[in-house]
Amino acid sequence: MMKKKLRRNMTVMIVFIALIIVIFLISVNTGHIRLSPGEVFATFFGNGTDQQKLILFEFRLPRIVIAVLVGAALAVSGTVLQGLSRNALADPGILGINSGAGLMVMLYVAFFPGASGGSIFFLPILAWFGAAITAAFIYILSYKRDEGISPTRLLLTGIAVAAGISAFTIVLTLILSPEDYQFVATWMAGSIWGSNWQFVLALLPFIAVLMPLVMYKASVLNILSMGDQLATGLGINVERERRWLLFIAVGLAGAAVSVSGGIGFVGLIAPHLVRSLIGPKHQFLLPTVAVVGGFLVLLADTIGRSIIQPSEVPAGIVVAVIGAPYFLYLLARSKA
Amino acid sequence: MAKENTTLATDKTKMRSRPLAATLILTVGVVLLGVSVMIAISFGAADITFNDVWRAVFSFDASSHEQQVIRELRLPRVLGALLVGASFAVAGAIMQGMTRNPLADSGLLGLNAGAVLAMAVCFAFFPNTSYGMLIVFSFLGAAVSVALVFGIGSMAKGGLTPLRLVLAGAAVSALFGALSEGIALYFRIGQDLAFWYAGGVSGTRWSHLAILVPVVVLAIGGAITISRSITLLSLGEDIATGLGQKTKHIKLFGTLIVLVLAGSAVSVIGPVGFVGLIIPHLTRYIVGVDYRFIIPCSAVLGALLLIWADLIARTINPPYETPIGALIALIGVPFFLYLARKERRTL
Repeated sequence: MMKKKLRRNMTVMIVFIALIIVIFLISVNTGHIRLSPGEVFATFFGNGTDQQKLILFEFRLPRIVIAVLVGAALAVSGTVLQGLSRNALADPGILGINSGAGLMVMLYVAFFPGASGGSIFFLPILAWFGAAITAAFIYILSYKRDEGISPTRLLLTGIAVAAGISAFTIVLTLILSPEDYQFVATWMAGSIWGSNWQFVLALLPFIAVLMPLVMYKASVLNILSMGDQLATGLGINVERERRWLLFIAVGLAGAAVSVSGGIGFVGLIAPHLVRSLIGPKHQFLLPTVAVVGGFLVLLADTIGRSIIQPSEVPAGIVVAVIGAPYFLYLLARSKA
Repeated sequence: MAKENTTLATDKTKMRSRPLAATLILTVGVVLLGVSVMIAISFGAADITFNDVWRAVFSFDASSHEQQVIRELRLPRVLGALLVGASFAVAGAIMQGMTRNPLADSGLLGLNAGAVLAMAVCFAFFPNTSYGMLIVFSFLGAAVSVALVFGIGSMAKGGLTPLRLVLAGAAVSALFGALSEGIALYFRIGQDLAFWYAGGVSGTRWSHLAILVPVVVLAIGGAITISRSITLLSLGEDIATGLGQKTKHIKLFGTLIVLVLAGSAVSVIGPVGFVGLIIPHLTRYIVGVDYRFIIPCSAVLGALLLIWADLIARTINPPYETPIGALIALIGVPFFLYLARKERRTL
């Protein structure tokens, strides 16, 4: 039984890794200057022209790596949130992470006008803090002393805070110059904007630290998703574990959003897709979800880059257009 | 046991309707509305005396600069705020009554996002659309949202729970928001759109009001005529059917009214949320559960809220206008949080 599951899990994983490679080849082959798969292989093994090297290693590859990492982080974050809230519809976007990060970026651009070009390395940090503060705020607001955090209240609070923040961002919108506005709007729509190796380096520590931590907590997640009472009965400090897991989920999603902008729904779709393929056990679920999430964002980014050339549709919009109907479908199927 | 009794008692007080309070709100409210309109007209970037206001309305003198400001800018804007407030509030009241959902609001249920998408399409593809067509578009956008949210909510097992409605609303908002964003980015009309909906009611002209007034008045009139049936619906669908109500017809008619009201309100002011959430709750708290009183009182209170919000929005940081949606969210978000904390049984 166990072996069968493991094998199935490996199959799913290998299929999606193969899909990532396929999309990677397609992605490199779209845009202003195209590289055919043959040229890509040649360039990889050091036989490309200087121009091909530049395009592959300095433009396309960092963007692709970031798309995959962002997708993985968002998907894992969503899985953790769904596990700990026992609500199949939780998503990092619901926790106000996108809107909080967006607000911070907007504040920064509003008070340091013209900064959209320079000092881009400061933005991810700021965005991360925006996301973390908003999540903490939502957590505190939905906390009740006698009953802790109820998943429903967490969702509703998240929606309300996100609505409030987006009303507030309109105020800021008006004082921006058109160029700054276009930058912020594109940012908030979730374009993979930080596409060079520095951003990969900025993102990696979060993933390197938090991903193993999530894996380590996989069994706790399994127990938590059975219900608070059972988890308490099995000797788990539910409130403390939930806080830890929330912290990890916010860290991952915040880091992802800070380099990619507001991409929602990946954290929702990926876990569902994977769960329907390999079942709910988090030890298997988490790594596969990471791969599938990476695949989804890379796919969305590639579609966004190629759908109306030469301009780009931000990946976040592509994801939302696919993800929201899927979310509604899940909602229609959900039981009470 | 003792505790049970007290909850029963509070339930009873909750179920009471208070016609006296309602009459009081209606009379005092209408007087206050008149006074507020006068105050709202006289305050603003250009200082104007009450005397001017009075004369501009009742004995208009075209040579006076002040009176022209009043006639052409202030008066339509204040009337616009009044209509928008009444529309949002009544739409919210009907939705809360029909769905028995305490969290129903046109903003939260995605109607506003649908209307905005329709406006974005208008701005991008038909930049010279007349205002009448704009209302129709906005109405259609809201209709698509409603169909999606209610359709999906009721497809699920267990029906339309408040949480499900809000989640469906959030998802539809996200979808339409993303589409509008895409259109806005591609056609570079994002800031135009933002200016439109942040500008609140400042763009209201007499030509708009000529369309708006009859539409809103008719819709609110329609709402009042079905208000008794909405009260029965708010007791539960089974009870309403048992009392001989054709629930399907009423729901259809009620939804239509909500669409007209929300659609026309959004076409004036943009996607302002929370009015339809706060006002009906406040009204229900004061006048009780009878929608024959809730609907007209909501209209009056909603109009008051918007007139004052608009006044604050344009005087807080003159000559700039603060987006009215942000001001209302300042009250609306805490209120929603309070409701979400309190509400336990049906969520």
